[in-house]
Amino acid sequence: MSAFLARGPKIFPGHFKTGIFGYRFTDSSSIVNMVEESEVKPEKVDEVVAQYGVEKVNRLETPKGVEYVLYRFRNFRLIRYLLNWGRMASLFPAHITTACCSVEFAATHSPRYDPERFGWLPATGSLRQSDVLVVEGTVTSKMAMRLRLVYDQMPDPKWVIAMGACAISGGLYAKDSYNVIQGIDDILPVDVYVPGCPPRPETFFQGILLLREKILYGGVA
Amino acid sequence: MTVLERKEDVRKAEFYDVGEAALKVSYGPQHPGTGHFRLVVTISGDTVLEADPDPGFVHRGEEKLAEYKTWITNIPHLERPVILDSAGIQYAYVLAVEKLMGVEPPERAKYLRPIMAELQRIGSHLYWFALYGVFLGHSTMFLWCFGDREYLVDLTSLIGGQRITHAYFVPGGVRNDAPKNVPQELVKEFSRYYRMVTGKDLPLNTTDFRKYTLAVCEFFDQRLNDYWDMFFNNELFIARTKDVGVLRREDAVRLGAVGTTLRASGVEYDNRVNNPYDAYPNFKFEVPVGIKGDCYDRAVVGFKEMRESVKIIMQAVEMMPDGPVKAKQHPINIRVPAGEAVARTEAARGEMMYYIRSDGGDKPYRVKISPPSFRLLPVMKYLLRGEQIANIPPIYWSLNYWPVEADR
Amino acid sequence: MSLQTLVGEIETRFTGVVIEKIVDEKKLVKIVVSPENIKSVALYLRDSLGFDHVKAVTGVDLSRLLKKESRIEVIYHLGSYTREELSKSDMALSTKLDKANPRMPSLNDVWPSCEYHEREVYEMFGVVFEGHPDLRRLLLPEYWMDMPPMLKEYEPPGR
Repeated sequence: MSAFLARGPKIFPGHFKTGIFGYRFTDSSSIVNMVEESEVKPEKVDEVVAQYGVEKVNRLETPKGVEYVLYRFRNFRLIRYLLNWGRMASLFPAHITTACCSVEFAATHSPRYDPERFGWLPATGSLRQSDVLVVEGTVTSKMAMRLRLVYDQMPDPKWVIAMGACAISGGLYAKDSYNVIQGIDDILPVDVYVPGCPPRPETFFQGILLLREKILYGGVA
Repeated sequence: MTVLERKEDVRKAEFYDVGEAALKVSYGPQHPGTGHFRLVVTISGDTVLEADPDPGFVHRGEEKLAEYKTWITNIPHLERPVILDSAGIQYAYVLAVEKLMGVEPPERAKYLRPIMAELQRIGSHLYWFALYGVFLGHSTMFLWCFGDREYLVDLTSLIGGQRITHAYFVPGGVRNDAPKNVPQELVKEFSRYYRMVTGKDLPLNTTDFRKYTLAVCEFFDQRLNDYWDMFFNNELFIARTKDVGVLRREDAVRLGAVGTTLRASGVEYDNRVNNPYDAYPNFKFEVPVGIKGDCYDRAVVGFKEMRESVKIIMQAVEMMPDGPVKAKQHPINIRVPAGEAVARTEAARGEMMYYIRSDGGDKPYRVKISPPSFRLLPVMKYLLRGEQIANIPPIYWSLNYWPVEADR
Repeated sequence: MSLQTLVGEIETRFTGVVIEKIVDEKKLVKIVVSPENIKSVALYLRDSLGFDHVKAVTGVDLSRLLKKESRIEVIYHLGSYTREELSKSDMALSTKLDKANPRMPSLNDVWPSCEYHEREVYEMFGVVFEGHPDLRRLLLPEYWMDMPPMLKEYEPPGR
């Protein structure tokens, strides 16, 4: 249950890429920070588009009012803390089931181990309104394309939990299967790894609590 | 040897606009109404003209994998497809291997195996109805079913050692005996719930395993009455599922339906009665059969099957004799004599069939799994023709199709 | 009516068609015929004897057995919902095909329940079923370019 938190040098506008094979860190939150810091000034838009293409340009529209205050002082500790607290206290997981661990995911939402008291609510079917992507179980090559599309459609900030042995490293099918991806590390940046086959609901719960700690403090104790 | 053509398959798999009148849409693998399964649906307005199921998103190659593992290490692999009802898929494999080896399990194992199978059958049906409630917008059913399922999963973990994937069956019996005593904290937590549902008091010293199991069965039997009033006898559920997706008897036989779908269409066929194995001839239970074959009948047949399973568990716990639970030797690497065998059992979703071929070595030569969900694909294609789009989730889920099992 | 008498009836009706047979009531009852005659035997089994559906279609690659033959065997496992006395039986009808060019007539118009099973055998072994209405791949991904994976020559990439 660990993830790297390396932060690289200050990034110049237009000099990075998002998407597959373009990121340098294995952590979703650092990708979010990269997006926030790499704006392109309006004068230089045409140049960057000609060089890198339309998808590689990130422009932040100038915020107004309260949003301007939050944006201008976003590195101050109190505001950062409040923003993080707001994000961690109401996580909405996206509903994508991949394989057999989905049974223990559903059992975690039973009345006995209740995650709603922590704000974790799998309420919507829409991807554009969720924060966390829980990859439960084995990812085959047919499903991997769709999984990447789903991750790209979620808005920032977003986090990824890899649940089960098959999502961490291929699991039970690590050597002999011709259709299984050996761990989702190659496709998505993962924040929390939850081991088990399938993990007990208590174990998955500990993963949720670790993710909350990580969002709030920027690291795990 | 042929190399499969690439262009044609790719062209047929993507979705595209088919003129003005009909639109081809992917009811895709990320959908709260289907799970990890894709239906390519051709619609015109609100009517479905044709539905083409596209399984294979969880195809892990179990049959090829089985040829590289020994006979006993195959069992945890083979229980992963149908994870909820893992006793149902292990059972047929173990029976087929016993047929080839010529080994009979002892008497006590013949009663322990049906107990596990029926406990997991009830658990699988509860999961089915919980998600049925979610698809139709009835979230109370989800929470009630999962709450009650926890007490049955507790029993499974006491006997087998793990909540659902216990790998409890071995060729020649079961792995270990059921415990004699139940922990005191479990009885204390259960007694509060027991008093709420039945109104009676459970004395705190019923730590004997037999008495605790009988108390759980009695509690569950009474709880099913609450389910009937809340969900199955609910006006909205009846309005959404009555006369929807009618499958007549001749079509069910011709398309090869299995399980609850077959029984709801009027065919009285259950592997535990027509083709009995282990200790099933000694139990007295009925097989519920429907009349019309619509979605409502399938749900009610599933509900009645849960009651019959509770009866079987109560009879098995009382009739179980004492004795060993494994045939004499249980070596790690068994060698099975050459030959071919077929075994069929009744899993929670329908009839599970295995074909095993051995060459005399310590690894199988060919293991063919024929799961019940795969045999329901022609039925799904036939039933969705001509329906409204809003009727796709009730019809799809009333067949109790589990994509992981169909893809293996 | 036991399966031995059934097999005897089939043999008397179609003389010289049955190549091999295995008759073992507990394990499996199987008759092997050649691909040209399989359709007429299947029609007889369905209409006169009452086997009305197919439980599975299996392909077996026979090239690594102790008695090697370079062939693929396709087995149809049959069952009956309408006749009670046949529901205990495990009856199978099979044929052996040449591995270099495996083609056989499709039994989809005899038993409509074997549509998806035949598609799976097509993609896993490379057997072409002539007369199948919609023969394309089912479980493998769309961009699979390798040889059919269930043949014994195919080694999974991890080994």
